[in-house]
Amino acid sequence: MSEPLLEGRGVAKYFGAITALQDVNFRVNTGEALGVVGDNGAGKSTLMKVLSGLYTPSEGSLYFDGKPVRFNSPRDARKVGIEMVYQDFALAGNLPIYENIFLGREPGRKIAGLTILDRGLARQMAQDHLDKLKIHVKSIDQNVEELSGGQRQAVAIARATAFDAKVVIMDEPTAALAIKEVGKVLDLINTLKSHGVSVIIISHRMDDIFYACDRVMALYQGTNFAEAPLPQTNRNEVIGWIMGTKGHTEGFAHDKVN
Amino acid sequence: MSSGGNQKVLKLLENYGIVLVLIGIMAFLTWTQPLYFLTAENLSNIIKQNAAPAMLALGMFIVIVTAGIDLSVGSVMALAMVSLAILDKSFGWPWYIVIFVGPLVGIAAGWVNGIGLTWLKLPHPFIMTLGTLNIARGLTNLVTNAAPVSGLQPEVRYAGREVYSLGIFDPPAGIPVSVLVVTVSALSLWFFLNRTNVGRHVYAIGGNPQAARVSGVNVDRVLIYVYMICGCFAGIAGLLLAGRTDSGFPNAGIGSELDAIAAVIIGGASFFGGRGTVGGVIAGVLIIGLMRNGLNLNNVSVFWQQILIGVVIIVAVYIDVLRRRAAVRK
Repeated sequence: MSEPLLEGRGVAKYFGAITALQDVNFRVNTGEALGVVGDNGAGKSTLMKVLSGLYTPSEGSLYFDGKPVRFNSPRDARKVGIEMVYQDFALAGNLPIYENIFLGREPGRKIAGLTILDRGLARQMAQDHLDKLKIHVKSIDQNVEELSGGQRQAVAIARATAFDAKVVIMDEPTAALAIKEVGKVLDLINTLKSHGVSVIIISHRMDDIFYACDRVMALYQGTNFAEAPLPQTNRNEVIGWIMGTKGHTEGFAHDKVN
Repeated sequence: MSSGGNQKVLKLLENYGIVLVLIGIMAFLTWTQPLYFLTAENLSNIIKQNAAPAMLALGMFIVIVTAGIDLSVGSVMALAMVSLAILDKSFGWPWYIVIFVGPLVGIAAGWVNGIGLTWLKLPHPFIMTLGTLNIARGLTNLVTNAAPVSGLQPEVRYAGREVYSLGIFDPPAGIPVSVLVVTVSALSLWFFLNRTNVGRHVYAIGGNPQAARVSGVNVDRVLIYVYMICGCFAGIAGLLLAGRTDSGFPNAGIGSELDAIAAVIIGGASFFGGRGTVGGVIAGVLIIGLMRNGLNLNNVSVFWQQILIGVVIIVAVYIDVLRRRAAVRK
């Protein structure tokens, strides 16, 4: 097996007396799409926040490209190329698409701690990047609040990948979308993979996992429960993992009548 | 789409409607008071009177863009004013230091507001700035024993009082220095908000603070800057008002934070943050100033003036509500 790009060993996270994560081991390889599943409160979101620098782990350590790393803020994680796409997209609706894509990393001339914006360059870079990902919008000057859910998700993914991202973490990428938009976003995930980006998808939807992922891992009550390459498992087994049972077979499936 | 034409008209009205209102008011005042309104003397007087309110409104604007509020600007202006007056009169500090006292007092007060908001994590800037409103006013009365400090050096008064006649106007008519101060401040603020990364972060925080935070923007630091800029502008307002009135009087600016909020809202900024323009704020200040002036020229009592300004605030925000509803429908 190839060297993991991003790895966590023995990761724990405590909030006061609450244990959100306990001894979690985790890895994702270059260009791989990993699905992370688990019930509400299983620790998926906490783990993703640790990986994206929003939380610092209470115990354990992270390795990027084989080297130990420590993230004190999302900015640190972004520096090595780890980006997060949030369930609620985390876009500023009052700003145009191109400004959202470069928010916090605006191109321009730096003078005394300020960046004097190069808006022409930002527009051009945004347009080129959207074209590369085959994302079509009426105009990059449109405010994000005018977009549909799927378009917003596309902008959020474009923002995550605008600067040479190596790992993109997506929290429930299809949860807020209309059904007809889900396919487009999943295709976009495959486009990312074809550009050599590692993708981590947190999802409740088995369709997302089985359409876009190469491997799936399950968390249960804040710790590793099971994992497998996708061809070696099936939907019902994964659903069983989410509920904390192993050996969940076809016969137990809730959608089978006989 | 058949509504395309309407959309364009709406967009134009959204951006320039306020200018039409301003021209309308001026036309009305010219028509009712042809002998007085459009005189150089009256116009320069309007500008001079509204310089300090304009500075307060510009400072309030950047705070409101972040979905915040700064109730302390009137008190901070008074504190800046009496501080510089005392250091001038009682301590005899040279003018080239005294003129920086106002802005520095304002920046310090803004820093306190920003710290209270971000470090103490008080639930809403309303509360922190309500506190500093009282603290700054109390300090102002304390250091002056609630008595005005009058008689400032001419250099200290320069920015607030001086008028350039340019050989065209008869003094006191002319181009007031204070309007140049306001113009430079407004242009700087515009440049900061629209052409620098931190300025765009200010809008992003107003639109969705979580988006700004996860994009790596240090939201707390930007907020502290924002309240410091607001305080600095209130301090400059204090310098201008001290110059115009030749004194630091401890009752200056009582209730002026509400005028500043009114000007920002009438100028089209959203009270919920993320929306508004510097030009709109200046138009808002001028609308209130022109209404006051016009109602004075037409001998309307100050009580009616207050009522009318109240009506204008409500109508202006209602127009904003209609505009948003139209935007949601399309």
